[in-house]
Formats: sequence, structure tokens, C-alpha cells
Amino acid sequence: MLGPIVGVLFDGFAYGMLLFLLSVGLSVTLGMMNFINLAHCSFAMLGGYVVVTLTLDLGWPFLATLPVAFLAAALASVLLERVLFRHLYRASELDQCLLTIGVVFMSVASAAYVFGTQQQPIRMPPYLSGTIPLLGADLAVYRLFLILASLLIATLLVIALERTRFGAEVRAAVDNQRMARGLGIDVDRAFAITFALGSGLAGLGGALAIEIVGLDPGFAFSFLVYVLIVVSTGGLGSIGGSFAAAALLGISDVAGKYYVPDLGAFLIYLIMLALLMWRPTGLFGRR
Amino acid sequence: MTAMASTAPQQFLEARIRWRAIEIVFWLATLAPFFLAPSYLVLTSQMAITGLFALSLDLILGYAGIVSLGHAAFFGLGAYSAGFVSRSGWGEPVSGLLIASIVAGLAGYAMSFIICRFRHLALIMITLGLGLLLHEVANKAHWLTGGADGMQGIHTWPLFGRLAFDLYGTVACGYALAVLFIVFLFARRLINSPFGLSLRGIRENAIRMPAIGAPSRAHIRKVYTISAVIAGIAGALLAETTETVSLEVLSFQRSADVLVMLVLGGAGRLYGGIVGAIIYMLARDQLSGINPQYWYFWIGALLIVVVMFLRNGILGGLADLVARRAHR
Repeated sequence: MLGPIVGVLFDGFAYGMLLFLLSVGLSVTLGMMNFINLAHCSFAMLGGYVVVTLTLDLGWPFLATLPVAFLAAALASVLLERVLFRHLYRASELDQCLLTIGVVFMSVASAAYVFGTQQQPIRMPPYLSGTIPLLGADLAVYRLFLILASLLIATLLVIALERTRFGAEVRAAVDNQRMARGLGIDVDRAFAITFALGSGLAGLGGALAIEIVGLDPGFAFSFLVYVLIVVSTGGLGSIGGSFAAAALLGISDVAGKYYVPDLGAFLIYLIMLALLMWRPTGLFGRR
Repeated sequence: MTAMASTAPQQFLEARIRWRAIEIVFWLATLAPFFLAPSYLVLTSQMAITGLFALSLDLILGYAGIVSLGHAAFFGLGAYSAGFVSRSGWGEPVSGLLIASIVAGLAGYAMSFIICRFRHLALIMITLGLGLLLHEVANKAHWLTGGADGMQGIHTWPLFGRLAFDLYGTVACGYALAVLFIVFLFARRLINSPFGLSLRGIRENAIRMPAIGAPSRAHIRKVYTISAVIAGIAGALLAETTETVSLEVLSFQRSADVLVMLVLGGAGRLYGGIVGAIIYMLARDQLSGINPQYWYFWIGALLIVVVMFLRNGILGGLADLVARRAHR
């Protein structure tokens, strides 16, 4: 009786944590600069392909590839930020959308060119596969690992944001960018670092996502929608909001597909629209 | 200066309404495929349909400044309505077009009450969400739409009871071009009216416009409904000329494509959408012959170039060039 419910809640929460990793960076950078970066999931896809290449072609252990995925995505994002994105911080949201959609198109085509359009296989080490029985449900070890890793990262993020000087600068810039500049905070530097960190987290999320949702060149588009839902319902610049929205979205998506498969993704879109109409700035947004 | 100011608005609008030689040449040139390249007639009718769709987006995005990532919703509604009418045993094309435009218009009117309340990211997300929602509904409502298999059994009767739709697309192309031209005339009149001017005012500053007597929300609702009607007509044209409707008409890809075309051609210009559609479709036709999978790489590169260096699209760039020449 309890088994299926626990299983659905567990799987949904794991999925939600994945969404949290993928979207938290976008939420913070959007809150700071109002820069709509639709290419955020391209960095996630890059992380995924880095892991696949390292584990399959070079025989690296899975866990060792995760930091590389983080670094690769962060580096790529800094490069793009310096070359392209920084010119558009004051441009209209349409221009920002279009430029970053252009980046998504290019990344999808490049991924198809280099890796082909098929799903990428990944082999998990033995200690991350298998299941643990709990409360009548079989919980996958990998999902447990995913949840623990995400909770750890979320805790680290909150500490970094609440307790460090850099975190205070970022919070000030999110609250009021002009005022922060007036107080002598180097908002551009803070933004560049946050952007790299957020994209790195997306790369990590992309790497961790392969086992759960697979990896193909369509990843940059298919997950963009989910990430945008999390960001817009959670509220810009709010880590707690992203966390709550991602968990809610993950659980309702998995539960919806399990209990009412006929509705499919319909339910998710409906919830998002209702939430946005009720609170246009998101659940925890202040602006 | 004061004397000029009293007559300037009328003169300004009258000057814009006057037909220029280049416009007449453009519309005559659309007839060229019938004589010069009959094998491209199918592509030409696709261009006309897509151009019409881009024109509908231009009205809300280029003129009123409403960014929409889900405009395919109305295109798809029009296509499915026309398909449904035809499948139910009434294949008369012109009335099918009218019915489809009414359905799309009613949906657009209903949605406009939501649209006019939001701006910025929330607006982008709501248009995106509504588009995805409709796509998912059409996907699941298999009994009505045929789901992922597409709608089958559409048969379009001959145009005016005489001109049968042939395999070469001669009638289909003429029909699509004629509809495009008629709707374009309407859009041209609309844009060069005081209403069109106040739309541009809303695009520049939606809060200030009510202060000078132009109610922003009511105007946005009107233009959004008109845009939905035109998008519905474009979708219905596609359904009638190809006699199939696939789920793709509602896809996010279609919404994104039409946005790309419009920006490529030049948003906020009457011909921007049509020129963008022509270039886009022609490039896709040529490039996909080489390597279909990687076509989006070049579209992406083109988008970046347009946003970085050619803010007003190809037409905007050309206009700047001409203006600079004239200045010299």
C-alpha cells in the first residue's frame, strides 16, 4: 500500500533535485542581470557529453569525471559570456532570447555532428547501481546518491550566499543592481563568477542526468522548458524558491505520469500557468 | 514649426499609405514562379503561408512589442479547424478558411485578456506554456486530431467549384498568394492608421500611452486577436493546400522558426516577415539538400550575427544603407 507512494515520492524528489541542479544557476544570474539565457541547458548538455566521452573512450571512473564536467561547462560559459552575452545586458529581452536560442541551435547541431543523434550509453559503477528496500519500495542507489549530492550542493550554496562576503555582494546585486554598484561592488565581476558557477552546476546536472533521462542532442531544448518552469515559478534569484519549485515539479511530474498517464505533461503546464497568473514573479520572487 | 505640427500626422500617415514602386515590383515578382520556375510552385506556396504567419507575428511583436514564444498555437488551431471541417464533409476552401479564422480569433480573444496583463519574462513563459499546453492537448486528443499520426481524410474541393488543386501546386500557390496579398493589404492599412501608430507607442512605453489617450490593454487585446485570426488563416491555408495536418503545426519549433524568420527579415516592418520567410525557406531548401541534420547550425550562426550586428534585420540594414547613400 505504502510502497508505490514512497517510490513515486522518492523518484519524483530525485528528479526534482536534478532539475534544481540544472536551474539554480539560471535563476541567480537572471535575478542579477535580467539576462535571459536560454542556452543554459546547452552547458548542461556539454557536461553530459564530457562525462560520456571520458568514461567510454578514456575509461575514467564515473565519479572522477563529474568535476571535469563542472569545469568544462564553467569554462565554456565564461568564454561565451565574455565574447557574446556581455554585449546584451542592456538589450531587450527579445534580443537576449534570440541570441541565446542561436547558441542553442548551434550547440544542438554541433552535438549531432560530433556524437550523432542517438542516445548516449553510460555504464554506472557497481556501487551506484542496484536498489535498497525501504518502506516497501525499492529505492535506486543512484537516485539516493543524486539526492544526497544535490542536498549537499544546495547547503553549500546557501552557506556561500549567506555567510561569505562574495555571497553578500551577489545578494546585494540581485536586490538592487544600481545601488550595489553605487556602493562600490564590482557587479560585473560578481556576475561573471556567478555565471560560471551556475553554468558549472548545470554541467554537473547534465552529467548526473544521463542515467535518469538519457542524453541526445535534443537535451538542450527538451530540458530548457523544465528549467524555465522552475526558474519562473520559483522566483528569480531565489535559491530556496528554485529548490521548492524543482521538488514540486519533479514530484508532480513523476506522480502525474504514474497515476494519470493519459494527461502526460499537460498537468505540469497547467500548474505552471496557474502559478504564473496567480503570482507573475514566482512563488518566492520579490520583483 | 507649429504650423507643421498641426498637419504633420495626417501628412505622415498619407505618405506612408502611398504605394511605392518597389512594393509594386515586389508583388509582381511573387508571380514570377508561375512562368519562370514551375517546379518551385510548391515551395512558393509554402513561402506564402509562412510569410503570412510571420506577418501575424509581426503585428504583435514588431509593432506592439509583445514577445510570444507560442504563436504556433493559433497557426495549429487554424490548421486543425480547417482540417476538421474538411474531414466532416465540407471541403469548400474559402469558407473553411473563414471558419478556421473565426476559431483562431475566438481563442486569441480569450487569451488576449491574459496576455495584456503581463510583460517581460512572465509573458514569455505564459505564451510558451500556452503553446506547449495546446500541443499536449492535441497530442492526447487522438480521437479528434489523430495525435502523433496526424489528421487523415482531409479533402479540399476545387476552388470556387472550378479550379481543382493539382499535383503541381499551381492552384494552391495562386490561392495562397492571393490570400497573402489580401491579408497584407488589410495589415498595411491597419499599421498606417492612428491605431497602428498608437501600437508603436505602446511598444516604446506601455505605461505612458494611456496618459495621452490610448488605452494600452484594450489596444493590445485588439491587435492580439487580429494577429490570432491571421495566424489561423495561415494554418488553414497549410491544411487545405497539403490536405494533411500533423502535430508539428503546434510545435515549439514552429513558434521559434517564425520568430527567427521575422527577426531575420526585420521586425516592425511590414515586409520583414515575408522577406524573412522567403530567405529562410529558400536557404533551408538549398542547404538541407547538402546536410539536413546540420542546417540549424547555420540558422543559429545567422541569428547571432543578426542580433549582434544587424539589429533591425535584413530589411533594416538595407534601409540604413539606402538612407546613408541618399545622405551622401
